[in-house]
Amino acid sequence: MNVFGDAVRFLNDPFNWTRPGSGILDLLVQHLQISGAAVALALLVALPLGIWLGHTGRGGAFTVALSNIGRAVPTLAILTIFAVTPIGFGPQATTLALALFAIPPVLTNTYVGFRQVDRDVVEAAGAMGMTGRQVTFRAELPLAMPLLMTGVRTAAVQVVATATLAALVAGGGLGRIINLGFGQQNYGQVVAGAIVVAALAVLTELVFVALSWLLTPGQRTLPRVRRRPAVA
Amino acid sequence: MVDNWDTILAYAAQHVRLTVLAVVIGSVIALPMALVARRSRWLAGPVLGLSTLVYTIPSLAMFAFVAPFTGLSETTVLIGLVLYSLVVLVRNFLAGLQSVPADVVEAARGMGYGAGRLLLRVELPLALPSFIAGIRIATVSTVALVTVGVIVGQGGLGQLITGGFNANFYRAPIVTGAVGCVLLALLADALIALAGRWVTPWTRTVRA
Repeated sequence: MNVFGDAVRFLNDPFNWTRPGSGILDLLVQHLQISGAAVALALLVALPLGIWLGHTGRGGAFTVALSNIGRAVPTLAILTIFAVTPIGFGPQATTLALALFAIPPVLTNTYVGFRQVDRDVVEAAGAMGMTGRQVTFRAELPLAMPLLMTGVRTAAVQVVATATLAALVAGGGLGRIINLGFGQQNYGQVVAGAIVVAALAVLTELVFVALSWLLTPGQRTLPRVRRRPAVA
Repeated sequence: MVDNWDTILAYAAQHVRLTVLAVVIGSVIALPMALVARRSRWLAGPVLGLSTLVYTIPSLAMFAFVAPFTGLSETTVLIGLVLYSLVVLVRNFLAGLQSVPADVVEAARGMGYGAGRLLLRVELPLALPSFIAGIRIATVSTVALVTVGVIVGQGGLGQLITGGFNANFYRAPIVTGAVGCVLLALLADALIALAGRWVTPWTRTVRA
């Protein structure tokens, strides 16, 4: 297909990468800055709240309802939501919108992760003289880590993917390449942008899979890699 | 005012049309895929892995991949939406089929049910709640995703959002589009939930 040849040619032109302001590298940095800030902001809100709700066992219905509503609200609507507030449009608005969008997966998964920790373990920890804080951070948190990190990964991939939509509402990021390509009827550039964006999303997923593997205590076995039985 | 309603209704109609078509086509493709994935374990892995990969690809990129072939048409949006709905549907369909108790299948076989009748009369009805759950999730997320179709000018109510944006941040259409999307998603979810209760009367009696 000719379009893919055009896309490869677009990606092979160094000027398309280094052009100041709208080159792929500059847009990538912008994309990562917005995404990183959004994820950090979401974690700052959702992790303490999720840990507290999960530890006390309160607010189960609330978190489920929140994640359901979160799914129904179109991302484009969230990105434009701040148009009707004094914040207006701009990178801050995009970051805030993306953060808002990333809260439900982190909150829900943290809550569920804490809730599904074996009650016997929690009781045993308490019986051993651990304070509430110690139970939370030294017994429950490590056990909830895999699910918690699943939430963080879901949120991060979502944010990186959704940040491309910012281009539709005049924001920055890698979506600009696709949007400009459509504007100029240049399908080679459109596909090239799509390749870059998709690669970044898949890469984010892989990075967070590795990160969650590193952060999960206990046996460090990659999923699917089965250890050889001890008795050979 | 009347003119605005014409515009809003036209966009809403496109939104509904794209959503319904995507979920229906997605379901028609997902069922055989789930059946095949259930038959052999070495097919289930790639099918589920591929669908995860599809879900990771941002929607804007998805439409951008399809657009060179189908142009600025509804078909472009529809193909993207079907691919995304497949991810949810295949997973839920497969989970539903796998949740059918083995002894029920055994009993049906013992009563002389052939493969076709077993599927239609025993397995599909028992898997129905899981199917409906999948269709609800797919529908709600499809309603949200249609808005991204604005990139090819076929975004349903999303057109109002970007239209208002381009008209010097005119807030009325932006809010109308956003609120309309949420209402549409909630309405669709409620309708499918109702229909689900209606086609699976036995799940009601268990609760009562």
